[in-house]
Amino acid sequence: MSLGFAILTALLAIGLLALIFGLVLGFAAVKFKVESDPLVEQIDQILPQTQCGQCGFPGCKPYAQSIADGDEINKCPPGGDATIKKLADLMGVEAKSLDSAHGVEEIKKVAYIREDECIGCTKCIQACPVDAILGAAKQMHTVITDECTGCDLCVDPCPVDCIDMLPLANSASSWRWDINAIPIKQIS
Amino acid sequence: MQNNFDDIIDKLDNNQLWDFPGGVFPAERKTLSNQTPIGNSPIPERLYVTTKQHIGVEGHLVVEVGQKVLKGQALTKSMNPFAVPIHAPTSGEIVAIQKHVSAHPSGLPEMTVEIRSDQQDKWIQLNPLVDYQNQPKMQVLAAICDAGISGMGGAGFPTHIKSSPKKDVDFLIINGIECEPYITSDDRLMREHAWQIRQGIDVLCHLLKPKHVLIGIENNKPEAIEAMQVACRENPNYRVCSIPTKYPAGGEKQLIQVLTNREVPAKGLPVDVGVIMHNVGTCFAIADAIFSGKPLIERVVTVTGEAVEKPGNVWAMIGSPVAHLLAHREYKKTAQSQPNVIMGGPMMGFSVISDLVPVVKTTNCILAPTDNEIAGNNEQACIRCSACADVCPASLLPQQLFWHAKAKELDKTQDYNLFDCIECGACAYVCPSEIPLVHYYRIAKSDIRIEQEEKQKSDKARDRFEKREIRLIAEQHARDEKHRLAAEARKLAMASNGNNSKDKIAAALARAKAKKQATNSLDDKQIEPVEIDAANKAEQTVKTEKSDTTTKAASSNQRVQAAIARAKAKKVAAEAGKEKEISQLELKDKVEVVTVEENKPEEKQLDTDDKVDTPPPVKTQVSTQTTISNETPAVAAPQNIEPTKADVKQAKIAAAVAKAKAKRQAQKIIDNKDRSNQPSPVNVDNTKTDSQVELAKTEEQQIEMKKRRIATAVAKAKAKKAAEKKMSKEDKPS
Repeated sequence: MSLGFAILTALLAIGLLALIFGLVLGFAAVKFKVESDPLVEQIDQILPQTQCGQCGFPGCKPYAQSIADGDEINKCPPGGDATIKKLADLMGVEAKSLDSAHGVEEIKKVAYIREDECIGCTKCIQACPVDAILGAAKQMHTVITDECTGCDLCVDPCPVDCIDMLPLANSASSWRWDINAIPIKQIS
Repeated sequence: MQNNFDDIIDKLDNNQLWDFPGGVFPAERKTLSNQTPIGNSPIPERLYVTTKQHIGVEGHLVVEVGQKVLKGQALTKSMNPFAVPIHAPTSGEIVAIQKHVSAHPSGLPEMTVEIRSDQQDKWIQLNPLVDYQNQPKMQVLAAICDAGISGMGGAGFPTHIKSSPKKDVDFLIINGIECEPYITSDDRLMREHAWQIRQGIDVLCHLLKPKHVLIGIENNKPEAIEAMQVACRENPNYRVCSIPTKYPAGGEKQLIQVLTNREVPAKGLPVDVGVIMHNVGTCFAIADAIFSGKPLIERVVTVTGEAVEKPGNVWAMIGSPVAHLLAHREYKKTAQSQPNVIMGGPMMGFSVISDLVPVVKTTNCILAPTDNEIAGNNEQACIRCSACADVCPASLLPQQLFWHAKAKELDKTQDYNLFDCIECGACAYVCPSEIPLVHYYRIAKSDIRIEQEEKQKSDKARDRFEKREIRLIAEQHARDEKHRLAAEARKLAMASNGNNSKDKIAAALARAKAKKQATNSLDDKQIEPVEIDAANKAEQTVKTEKSDTTTKAASSNQRVQAAIARAKAKKVAAEAGKEKEISQLELKDKVEVVTVEENKPEEKQLDTDDKVDTPPPVKTQVSTQTTISNETPAVAAPQNIEPTKADVKQAKIAAAVAKAKAKRQAQKIIDNKDRSNQPSPVNVDNTKTDSQVELAKTEEQQIEMKKRRIATAVAKAKAKKAAEKKMSKEDKPS
């Protein structure tokens, strides 16, 4: 009798606890539900946002979605190895070298319109993914250098080939120190 | 929290100070240069004044190439609170404004005003600020800014910004520590110009209203301490403190810690702990600017090192090339295995990449060391001795920072507070493996800054991209909506047009029928129709509504009417001839101007024709004429619009073309009419008298004339409208 009672009590107690915790968990699942997939956002944060489409997707966000769905992480030439490394850390996979099928990592460039050759066709404006080109029909266009991501997408549509991709000028503020030590030697 | 003000004063009264952690004691080597008074250097032939010599943004250039400038004339204007102007250090001519090698570790070219001196050294009119104590603070600050004063100790922060804090200031600390080896420019300045430095402190006190002024000088400069004590004797609020010699006691945060035991928070400013610090050189320059109106165009520079024959301090014009100062102090190239000139001290300075690097406002020393003064670069592996951690004045872990900086683990370096490193070089100085630690930190710092910048840029790009996507989708929706509406409108128009065309077909059928009947009836009664027609016409000309009633009457009492009409016929016919002329023209006017109404009278007429069964031949002509006249503007319109689309200027030409076209159209119509009318007049000729035919002909001609005129007018109006439309279209951006 006492043993049966003890077992019954235990079962009831455990069952009750399970029910309570189940309810708590169920409530939490509804109350604290995460709406979007945070992984895609995290991946998108890492990608360089050039929107160049070299990965084969129409922009960085679609590629981020694709990576979240299990695509390769080495398809982003503008990001280069640094981005691949970060993606590998995030996704818990091994870092690969850049897939050369999608392009090679180059120095940062910005588009430059040779303004006297521009005919004002607005084709580059339509191609620019970040609205970094300014101009109107039959008016000369120009690139807002600070906004240009160097994605290269405006070069092809230009009917008069007046867009150059120029490397970013190095300035003192963007300069990186080099190892060139000048420590003093202790003289007695 | 932070130390109480009174406690600090008590402790200072007892000649007690605090200490900062770490620190090193490198060979001072100050006697090389501090034994002689500050000398003057000859005016260099060419001066290279860099437009940006401070932290912030460069000013707006107000001079141009070829312009003659006087000593002290402003070369740039401050357009931004963080912009500090620069001034011509001597009189001469501006020979170039271009990029020139800069006084920066990178030596990257920066915008520089190049002046060829005329050796006259002629001053511009100076405007000292008289009685500054009674001037508004803003004016004093503006005078300091206009004099181009930025911090002369190291970083070059704009002085006018530092001097207008938003918080209360307990201590104004004047930094005369000069802890780096070799450098003696502040030492000599204090010894020789203590009085003027005190004047500068007075100005700063007026601006900052500190509770107390502390002048910190290292105890290895007894002459400077004495000079400053003498200068500040009359003001009890100024206290000259002798600080134990230890590198880097001259660091801003370290000196604050020594004097007040307050620690400046990470990413904070000294003013957060109630302290403002200025360099003695800055105080001197402020006094110069306020009391004599002189802008900052020269400063004391220590030219030293064993490779210099006559080391010492000189008044160097801002913009003097390093080569000029070295030549003046007899620099021996042979003393060095390879030319090596350091700008700044041996601990924190950098090697210049060209001897044309100009002196800037923050340049305090030019060091030309011999080979045995400077260690070579033989870096070895880190042995984890932690000697660097013992000497770090910021209590960081340099070996950990080095470890992560070398491995490019930038986030880890930030975990170890890389940005609290003041780059004093104490760690590198004690490192037994001779690792240039500070350089690793500098690289890591610049990497992090660039990464942050890129992050910012990519965030902006993402934002712009997403905004663009949203905009494109919205535009697509708007376009779809527009297309849908247009399609609906088209469908509607098609439906109504279809009815119209049906109507027209029906009308045409009715007309054909009527014609047939008319010919039939003509065969039957040859005279009747003319008379009835004449009667009808006569009635209609008075009022179209009346004509309805009359025609109804005619249909009901056809025979009776016919009989009466026959009697009246001859009388009426004569009258009708005249009245028709006028009335038909009137009718025409109405028909052509108000196009919609055209169908109605036509239909009415057709109705009457049907009822009467005896359609008057003239009327059929009228209806055909009206239909043709309907068409003329319609035909002319598209032809007119197309050419007018070209240009506003061409509008007039187009109008002319349109006129010509309308004319031709009208002529064509006449031709057609002539051909189409031929059979009916023939028919009518049988019944009509010659006069009637003639009347009809003249009527026709007049109508044609009128029609032509109206057509041209319509064409003109259309052309004008099209031109206007074109204009407004061009006004709007596509």
